[in-house]
Amino acid sequence: MKPIFLLRLLVIAGFIGFVEALCRIGIIDNFTMPPPSRIAADLARALASGKFNGPIRATLLNAALAFCLAVTVGITAAVVIHRLAALRTSLDPFFATYYAVPVLAFYPLLIILFGLGSAPKVIIAFMLGVVAVIVNTLNGLDRVPRVLLKSARMARMGWFATATQITLPSAAPFVLTGVKFAVAYALIGIIGSEFIMSTDGIGFEIAFAYNNFDNATMYPLIVLVMIISIIVNMLLSIWEKQLLERRGLR
Amino acid sequence: MPHDTNKVHVSLRHVTKTFRRAGGGQDVHALGPIDLDLKRGEFFAVVGPSGCGKSTLLEVLAGLTPVTDGTVVFEDQPIHGNVPDGVGVVFQEDACFPWMTVSDNIAFGLRQAGIPAAETARRVAAALELMGLGQFARSHPAQLSGGMRQRVCIARTLVLQPRLILLDEPFGALDQQTRLLMGEEVLRLWRETGATIFLITHALDEAAMLADRIGVMSARPGRLLEIVETGWAPDRDSTIVETPEFGQVTARLWQWLRVESMKSVGRMDRR
Repeated sequence: MKPIFLLRLLVIAGFIGFVEALCRIGIIDNFTMPPPSRIAADLARALASGKFNGPIRATLLNAALAFCLAVTVGITAAVVIHRLAALRTSLDPFFATYYAVPVLAFYPLLIILFGLGSAPKVIIAFMLGVVAVIVNTLNGLDRVPRVLLKSARMARMGWFATATQITLPSAAPFVLTGVKFAVAYALIGIIGSEFIMSTDGIGFEIAFAYNNFDNATMYPLIVLVMIISIIVNMLLSIWEKQLLERRGLR
Repeated sequence: MPHDTNKVHVSLRHVTKTFRRAGGGQDVHALGPIDLDLKRGEFFAVVGPSGCGKSTLLEVLAGLTPVTDGTVVFEDQPIHGNVPDGVGVVFQEDACFPWMTVSDNIAFGLRQAGIPAAETARRVAAALELMGLGQFARSHPAQLSGGMRQRVCIARTLVLQPRLILLDEPFGALDQQTRLLMGEEVLRLWRETGATIFLITHALDEAAMLADRIGVMSARPGRLLEIVETGWAPDRDSTIVETPEFGQVTARLWQWLRVESMKSVGRMDRR
């Protein structure tokens, strides 16, 4: 095991142990937060019972759908915007201020338009993620070495072949940064929307447990969300590491 | 080998390039007028001061940049901002695709041209062998030295079997020893392929060692001031640098270039 990985594990274990101690000696009372060991046991019990399989499936499916939409639309839009200088100039201020707008504020409007199903949640998560993908992909496309574009021209490649075979692969490390944002925003958008108003999903279950002082459900589900997010990000980081190593960038 | 044939392979007539400045700025007259005939199978080098339009001239020949005035004819077909069949370029910058293996880099142009897989594999294997890259076929460019990456780029161009090879300061980023050895490799490839080679370089010794004829360009706008014939035998190698004739060729090039180089850096007052 690498020393840095071991150190990280020690930091996490130390923090959990510290919180466990605070809970056990009563500095954090159990009504506010149960000890981490009990949260882990509750999570294992909840997962084993299958009680939350439906909400977990709903959240993950919606997040996956929003993520795929954000990545596909984001990358395609970036390639098109990159080709059209005037469009790029007109959209740049919009991209720069986009995240100052609280996208979740549109959720009630989307519920009125699309009902209380998956569509409003997916749209919110998509809206959160897509601009991060566009901005990062544009950033990568701006940095494609000119000599690679000349090589594409020498191979008589059209713009679509150049985009798919030269510019996007060249910009891949930046595109991947956008993809990582899209994963995070997909989970935030879906769970946040479920939290505000929904009939299913992990966010809905957390909100329901919170309103009913059900710590034995709320904390395990919060930990579950964290675990899912960490696993997805770790997988993306492994992919990113391989990609960068292959290019001699790490 | 088609060396020493007198048939014109590429013809430039009154070639001029002016870059239009966006927003009403002053236009930049980068090149010309230039008149030049490249003979089939000859090795022609161009030297000139920085910013004189050498690379622009190469891009005009490659069909990457359209001329403002004049004509470029390659194998009886005009070139005007269209990449002609049979022309390959090796750029000064590292043009390897970092996400592809050495093999895939070399096969890239062949796949784009729709060459059958078996023929592609055969040509790639031959190119790997020719360039001494056999054991690095599955490596990525980041795992190679600068000289090896440039060899990958040369191999990528050669597998397409171009009849006109344009080299844009291909050894610019390499150390002197590697440059000499790479120069020998280019000479060997030139002899084996019989292609016409057009080399852009800022290194006078490189031009003097490699070329049959050397065009000396003026400071911007780049024009051909003089064409120096070296008179080397086709089977020359880097040992030619030890001969008195090599010194004479280099000295003659410098005579022409000294004034132009001073012009390009604004030092005419110190002549």
